[in-house]
Amino acid sequence: MLHFSRWKTFIVWGFALLGVLCAAPNLIPEKDLASYPQFVQNLRLNLGLDLRGGSHLLLKMDKDLLIEKQIKVLRGNVRTVLRGKRDGAARTGAIRYRDLSAKKDRVEFKPSDPADLEKAYQAARTLIEPLASTSFGTTPGNNVDVEKTADGRIVVRPSEPAITAKISTSLDSAIEVLRRRVDALGTTEPSIQRQGEDRILLQVPGYDDSDKLKAVVKQAAVLSFHLVVRPANVEEAADGLTEPGTTIFPSKDQYSTHYILEDEPLITGADLANARQEISPQSSRPVVSFRLNSRGAVRFGDVTAANVGRPFAIVLDGEVISAPTIQEAITGGSGQISGNFTVSTADDLAILLRSGSLEAPLTILEERTVDASLGADSIAAGKLAAIIGLVGVVAFILMAYGTFGLYANIALLINISMIIGALSLLQATLTLPGIAGIVLTMGMAVDANVLIFERIREELRAGKTAISAIESGYSRALSTILDANITTFLAAIILFWLGSGPVSGFAVTLSIGIFTSVFTAFVLTRWLIAWWLRSQRSKTVDMPI
Amino acid sequence: MAFKGIDFVPHGTKIPFVSMRNITFILSGLAVIASIALFSTKGLNYGIDFLGGTSIEVRHKAGPANIADVRSKVGALGFGDVQIQQFNDPRDVLVRIELQSGGEEANQNALDKIKVALGDGFEFRNTEVIGPTVSGELTRAGIIAVITAIFVVLIYIWLRFEWQFSLGAVVALVHDIVLTIGIFSLLQLEFTLSIIAALLTIVGYSLNDTVVVYDRVRENLRKFKKMPLNELLDVSINETLSRTILTSVTTLIALVSLFVFGGEVIRGFVFAMIWGVVVGTYSSIFIASPVLLLVGVKRDWSGLGGAKYKEPGTAK
Repeated sequence: MLHFSRWKTFIVWGFALLGVLCAAPNLIPEKDLASYPQFVQNLRLNLGLDLRGGSHLLLKMDKDLLIEKQIKVLRGNVRTVLRGKRDGAARTGAIRYRDLSAKKDRVEFKPSDPADLEKAYQAARTLIEPLASTSFGTTPGNNVDVEKTADGRIVVRPSEPAITAKISTSLDSAIEVLRRRVDALGTTEPSIQRQGEDRILLQVPGYDDSDKLKAVVKQAAVLSFHLVVRPANVEEAADGLTEPGTTIFPSKDQYSTHYILEDEPLITGADLANARQEISPQSSRPVVSFRLNSRGAVRFGDVTAANVGRPFAIVLDGEVISAPTIQEAITGGSGQISGNFTVSTADDLAILLRSGSLEAPLTILEERTVDASLGADSIAAGKLAAIIGLVGVVAFILMAYGTFGLYANIALLINISMIIGALSLLQATLTLPGIAGIVLTMGMAVDANVLIFERIREELRAGKTAISAIESGYSRALSTILDANITTFLAAIILFWLGSGPVSGFAVTLSIGIFTSVFTAFVLTRWLIAWWLRSQRSKTVDMPI
Repeated sequence: MAFKGIDFVPHGTKIPFVSMRNITFILSGLAVIASIALFSTKGLNYGIDFLGGTSIEVRHKAGPANIADVRSKVGALGFGDVQIQQFNDPRDVLVRIELQSGGEEANQNALDKIKVALGDGFEFRNTEVIGPTVSGELTRAGIIAVITAIFVVLIYIWLRFEWQFSLGAVVALVHDIVLTIGIFSLLQLEFTLSIIAALLTIVGYSLNDTVVVYDRVRENLRKFKKMPLNELLDVSINETLSRTILTSVTTLIALVSLFVFGGEVIRGFVFAMIWGVVVGTYSSIFIASPVLLLVGVKRDWSGLGGAKYKEPGTAK
């Protein structure tokens, strides 16, 4: 146990040195950092939001709204199929139907002539398409299920896998949109992760204006321009029923004003090339000015030329922001959205329009925002506690074990460097509970050495020589050390699995600490003590027996 | 001659730990019953992780905060149960409001209204809003984590030792966890997700202690084939006593430093761990080992099988 071959010595110290070297860049003062190479700059602790300040938002995509939209599209498709094919001026294969309606999870209709049931069923079945196979190579099935009911209706419903796929792609695109929106706020390194089937975890370090962040993140920002048919009267607004091809929208700022708009949009947010906030020279009020891409510009030019004198509505997320009248053809491909804006809200809207829209709005399930000054206070407190704790433990171990205690302390210091080095290397996030984990590890790391040293003392009392007492001290304590550390490690794994943010940060430091402390306490001290035995040719052991 | 160090813990002690079991079992039993009684009557002061709601730590920019003023401003908003308390520094105030009915949006709106009501005179240092969905999930996850931890440990000890050891370790663990919940209920300290983390760490630590004693028991079972079990347990506990004390002391030095200097944010978390170390050390000596005496252990560790040995007069 006490013999270390040359290569073993090399590996042991290589490991220790690697840990210390990886931790070293954390000592570089912030202001000097830029003069070091990039890889050194990257080898620094990644501080959690609770230490550096910032916002943490757990967002949920509105699943029901996505499904509702999907059902609406499906209703349109069913209608198209039932209309039959255009064959010159006539239509062939048209099926007369009634009660075509979109329910919560399905579209259903009744053929006017019950004899058409089978024909309608076959027509609806033409909508069935296989879904793209997943990355796991399984066939997920079809996009829709079609069935006949006993009372002569046809039911078309999106399949479970189709809904899941829809939510999944919407969530992926939402993550991209959020990234652009958050980047536009001028923040660095936001972390945007998908969680579960319909959630997104957004963490923006160093940004503590959570109000602004939330305003920018939540909104779907679906923009479209529609021709106004006419303002809606009170009854229409109440029951929401209009002629086919039109829909009623409320005004955003004028209470109880509603407009009936054509369903077909003139242009949508996807046609925008750019948007920014500016002050209108005419009204000296904040507006959002926009520029259309070439396709949108041509289209907008055409429809405005054909509809001079008619009002059109600018609709954002189902509300009419403004409904100006077309004065003349707008051919330049740019324009302004005026509404009841402040500079800040106009700015937010411009960011949203530039970044693209979400397919459904996001709900905030959880918000944690820490001010940077509180984070700095926490770091200072954590450092102080760590240093005092370390000094206390080191002094105590030195008193309890003398020279051997000195070796245990050297191992402890290397252990802490290795934990910090490993955290820097893995870019694991250090949270305040994580600092507590490191401090706790200091206390517990020496446990392995205590176990070994106590064992050595017992062997010495039993009359063994120094060398053989040390030999058997290490070998007999090993199984106990492993048992004790494996049980703690099991608890740490469960913690990590439970882990939300700070708690999992604690679990990570605890687990790393378990590995490094077994290494430093069992291997490094053994090397140090073997070296001491050889160089001193000591026949006794420097600790109280 | 180099410095040899001071012998803190006397060796060769022969403290009859196991024969104190009648007293310690009664003491622990009473403490467990008291904890359960407290938990079911007073309950725990759950934090917003579990209950949902809003917690805001504000700092008055110009000098000490006027608590009464904050209370009247926030109280006027009508959010039901509102807690306003001094926190850490005279400038700091902690504002907590209960979960608002009306879904996730209602809670977000409540936060906005508080910000408006308090105005620009305050700096918002730490804001947490937990909606109904997440708080329910966190509660479930917390309970599952603690139960899973106990279960995993049960299996590990069973594999490494014998089922009797596994039973003893789990009885000690449950004892530690129940007493920790008891003290949190008694003192009405805030019970948050990080306290669950502390509980799991206590599970790890207490087990660490128990395993060290058990390892020695197993070793002595092989060594002293004829020694009565109660004596053997006493010998094992006494032999490992200095280690138990030294490790507890170093761990407590580190934890107390965190408790005193580590700041308000983790004080509850650290308190739970300090308590856990003390209770865990006690239970591995006075609960985990004597339980072995009650259930009996396999005496023949040299080969396969072997008869169970029961101490005469300990259990019927």
